[in-house]
Amino acid sequence: MLLAFDWTQLAQQTVIGLSAGGLWALLALALVLIYRSTGVVNFAQGEMAMFSTFIAWSLIHHGLSYWQAFFLTLAISFAGGVALERVVIRPVERAPVLTVVIVTLGLFFLVDGAARWFWSSETRTLPNAFSTRPITVAGVAFSIQDLGNIAVSLGVVALLFALFQFTKLGLALRATASNPDESRLVGIRVSWMLALGWGLAAAMGAVSGMLTAPALASFDQNLMQPVLLYAFAGAVLGGISSPFGAVVGALLLGVFVNLIGTYVDWIGTDLRLPVALAVILGVLLVRPAGLFGRASARRV
Amino acid sequence: MAEPLLQLEEVEARYGPVKALHGVSLTVAEGEIVAVLGANGAGKTTTLRAISGTVRRSGAIRFAGKSIAGRSPEAVARLGIAHVPEGRGTLSELSVAENLRLGAYVRRGRASIQEDEQRVLAHFPWLGDRRNQRAGTLSGGEQQMLALARALMLRPRLVLLDEPSLGLAPRVVAEIFRIVGELNEREGLTVLVVEQNAILALEAASRAYVLEVGRVALEGGSETLRRNESVRRSYLGY
Ligand SMILES: Nc1ncnc2c1ncn2[C@@H]1O[C@H](COP(=O)(O)OP(=O)(O)OP(=O)(O)O)[C@@H](O)[C@H]1O
Ligand SMILES: [Mg+2]
Repeated sequence: MLLAFDWTQLAQQTVIGLSAGGLWALLALALVLIYRSTGVVNFAQGEMAMFSTFIAWSLIHHGLSYWQAFFLTLAISFAGGVALERVVIRPVERAPVLTVVIVTLGLFFLVDGAARWFWSSETRTLPNAFSTRPITVAGVAFSIQDLGNIAVSLGVVALLFALFQFTKLGLALRATASNPDESRLVGIRVSWMLALGWGLAAAMGAVSGMLTAPALASFDQNLMQPVLLYAFAGAVLGGISSPFGAVVGALLLGVFVNLIGTYVDWIGTDLRLPVALAVILGVLLVRPAGLFGRASARRV
Repeated sequence: MAEPLLQLEEVEARYGPVKALHGVSLTVAEGEIVAVLGANGAGKTTTLRAISGTVRRSGAIRFAGKSIAGRSPEAVARLGIAHVPEGRGTLSELSVAENLRLGAYVRRGRASIQEDEQRVLAHFPWLGDRRNQRAGTLSGGEQQMLALARALMLRPRLVLLDEPSLGLAPRVVAEIFRIVGELNEREGLTVLVVEQNAILALEAASRAYVLEVGRVALEGGSETLRRNESVRRSYLGY
């Protein structure tokens, strides 16, 4: 039985899980970024990512190559995130948490509605970011697309980490997230830092959406709703206050969900999400702040 | 007489509907240490907040010839006013080194910032060994000193120091005041310090204001105030 175990399949399924988990991790990181600076989960994060993906689709439709559209969409999404913060979030910057939650819920419907209004509801496709050929590593065949997704996700995470850890701007962003009042006293323009956080989150969501869509046979305006759920679950699993935790949580979740779907027959694809959520609940009972979160996530 | 570095005229401040300052006027000249004394709730902290812009205020506030009455805390910091707030004015989740770097956030010029860091660390030698420690894990006294060190990294023209003695052992408090005095003497640092410990404050400062319920009740040279009957009874306790 043990000898007959198919290690090749395990390796393949793990990589597929990491590929999906990496895309969830980007959106999870976007959620954490905004959670740390505003104390709320941005329910519109997934819809913003979907909107970005539609922008990319339009650009490609107008003749740009995938990667041209990719980078242009990143820039547009960043600017859009900053603008949303200025216009929608800034007025409630000092409002109670619940007010901000309601605003992000409103934003969910606003962005979703706008996407349905701009783009008809027919299904569409995005070209593949990477070759769909398989590649053989150590005798096991993997899809280049999965490996590419993993590489881009981890690359974006690494870039973000470098920004936060090694630059003056990153230091100011961290200071703002940890204590905005003190940050003001050293001269940091806190309000702009919050807007910048929204820009970064929107750009990360855009990457997630633009890599999620090509893997699907077709997509519509509901593209990112399951991704948001998985991203949220991953972030909570890892600890919503911890960027590192969110990434690890989403990756673990990706692998876990894919492996139980593969190896536990009765789960199949339909029951993956509920089973995953049940496991997360179990983890949270033991570690309420998530795997890597610190117990007191303070509202800042 | 030259214009003072800082001048408040009839400054009022409020927290929502609650008025905390009912017209405070005071001045601080360049190179001076000035103390603000008063009972709990007198408005000492609020006075410093009115200057740094962290409370809603009205009235005239002039700093180095400019009106700062309508400016945001960020803008006030950029003019060279370093506010060390009540409690531990550090970013507790960041390291000691990061706190110091943030102190110089609005400054340009890597070389002069690094030079200043050496200069500041000379006053707090033990901070150098704790560069990578999280500020939140320092002791209360150490955090207060880090907050002061961070303020100095701005190369400030004025430091607002709010109750540096709060909750600290007498020896640590004495050490902090010794350093402040030294900075004032050697580098001409200008300080507006709020203190409950009137004995220490009057020793360090050349002049002081006594606040009572949001108004200046008394002002004068430290010597004069020390000999004042009501100051002695209320704040010096002898
Ligand atoms: N955030 C706030 N909201 C409402 N009222 C406040 C706030 N902070 C201070 N006050 C009120 O303003 C008045 C002045 O407070 P302030 O903190 O300036 O006093 P203080 O002289 O610094 O006192 P202490 O010595 O206790 O620090 C007090 O009546 C206080 O209750
Ligand atoms: Mg006070």
